[in-house]
Amino acid sequence: MPDALRILVVDQNAERAAILEDGLREAGYRNVVVVREVTHLLRRIVSIDPDVIFIDLEDPNRDVLEQMFQVSRSVPRPVAMFVDQSDTATIEEAINAGVATYIVDGLRKERIKPILDTTISRFNAYQKLRNELDEARQALEDRKLIERAKGALMSHQGMSEAQAYALLRQRAMNDHRRLADVARAIIAAAATATAPAAPAASAPAATAPAASATTATTKRTT
Amino acid sequence: MTVQQLVLGFVPLLDCAPLVVALEKGFGAAEGLDLELARENSWANIRDRVIVGHFHAAHMLGPMPVASSLGIGHVKIPMIAPMALGLGGNAITVSTALWADLKVAGARSGGSPAQQGAALKQVVQERCRRGLLPLTLAMVYPFSCHNYELRYWLAACGIDPDREVQLVVLPPPFMVDALRAGQIDGFCAGEPWNSLAVDQLAGCILTSTEAIWHHSPEKVLGMRAHWADAHPAETSALVRALRAAAHWCDRPENHAELAEVLAQPHYVGESADVLLRGITGRMVLEAGRETHPVPDFLTYADYNANFPRPRHALWFYQQMLRWGQLSASPSAAAVARSVYRPDLYRASLDGTPFSLSTDAERALESMDGGDNGGDADAVRGFFDQASR
Repeated sequence: MPDALRILVVDQNAERAAILEDGLREAGYRNVVVVREVTHLLRRIVSIDPDVIFIDLEDPNRDVLEQMFQVSRSVPRPVAMFVDQSDTATIEEAINAGVATYIVDGLRKERIKPILDTTISRFNAYQKLRNELDEARQALEDRKLIERAKGALMSHQGMSEAQAYALLRQRAMNDHRRLADVARAIIAAAATATAPAAPAASAPAATAPAASATTATTKRTT
Repeated sequence: MTVQQLVLGFVPLLDCAPLVVALEKGFGAAEGLDLELARENSWANIRDRVIVGHFHAAHMLGPMPVASSLGIGHVKIPMIAPMALGLGGNAITVSTALWADLKVAGARSGGSPAQQGAALKQVVQERCRRGLLPLTLAMVYPFSCHNYELRYWLAACGIDPDREVQLVVLPPPFMVDALRAGQIDGFCAGEPWNSLAVDQLAGCILTSTEAIWHHSPEKVLGMRAHWADAHPAETSALVRALRAAAHWCDRPENHAELAEVLAQPHYVGESADVLLRGITGRMVLEAGRETHPVPDFLTYADYNANFPRPRHALWFYQQMLRWGQLSASPSAAAVARSVYRPDLYRASLDGTPFSLSTDAERALESMDGGDNGGDADAVRGFFDQASR
């Protein structure tokens, strides 16, 4: 059963906007318009005449949107956020998901609720996808750093691979830091130690034990 | 006393300083508060996150808790302002192209608001005669001191802010680029955005809002009335911590350190040198020019700056009426007036070094109009007041 409500999605993130648009269409909402460019937004709003507007919570243009509702006599005035004043749980869910909602005043709660639910679940799904991607990227990045740090320890300190890894782990445990952070510090220290023509003052540091050089570098980078 | 965790929202502007300093210099900890600051990039987010309880309190535009308590712009959520976070701190900046036109029409660098306004009036009329589009001026939020100050100044200079120019909202981080791209011809915003426009050769500072309205209201500490009622001890502790922090911010010997602290990317960002201009009132109005002193450009604590003056809330309410954001009603006026809470401010500071002397307090309260319940006409300090 197609629903005639007009829904406007303002999102500069094309990927997420597509996920939301698909979700709304699947749920039977045919009148979904996605706007990614916020210039001439008022003109778009007037021509689309939406019943519901969604915008990314992190988008500073939320303030622009609120002003448009204040000044424009050409569109019915949408109200920020609230399905009704008692329904703060839904609103909190929406904010946690990262979406702000504007609804034309007087629209019935039961018509809005399913749209809002779909939007929240799509925003959450996108965020989950995003987190998984970030985690995978991070894991790959960490593994590369650890390999490079092991390489540095093996070539500069004459360690075996097992010894190098053991040292990394030991230091991470002692300092309560992530393995990758320790690896990054070791790589930086190794680079400092081998850097040519360092200023005279840093000459003793080049021969100092790796541990102290590492500490100095970490302090500077954290 | 057990340590209370409080999350405070802020927008990266010079006047978020008392919140930052309360955390960084230990004024919060001294009151048994474990403060966490959360940076936001829109005023709408500040409001919504306070409403759903993500933030216990926040750095807010003075008119925001008033609008929220009246239910304009969104549904009605009673909010209070138990203290103000300072006075002044805004400026009006115009594009270099408009500045050239204004100079021809009689404006000069550092000129009075009346002089700059008279030049703007000429430019506006000339554009109208030549059939050009009206000038577009930006401000930061519909319920902001910037909106009302800009409108007040325009109207006082004979320019209709709704017909003869176009007013739009633009987030501060976009102001400089929009000015350079010619999408806007000027803006009214807090620092450091005016100074950044000057440094990036996009505009010139036309006037400070301090010159338009001496010791004008600006940000407040805003929170839900319901939360404050349920947490009187935390509310008081927070007011005391921020009051002490604001005092620290206003001491000249701390200005350089304050600029360094705020310059950190998780607070305001931008260079300490640029931030220092607004903090000290030594403004650069035009790129390459000497600094122009604006005494009291931004006041964090002196002149009882933190006292939440109900007449300021009432003035906001009158501006909401004047510019058609709201219809008048006696009950709405009373609601607006009661948003600012000098009683909570006074009680919180009782017995501290910042306790109000009865004389100072009486002077502040008498300005609220005494028996007539606070008349915003009693508000003083406007640039055009002599002629009214």
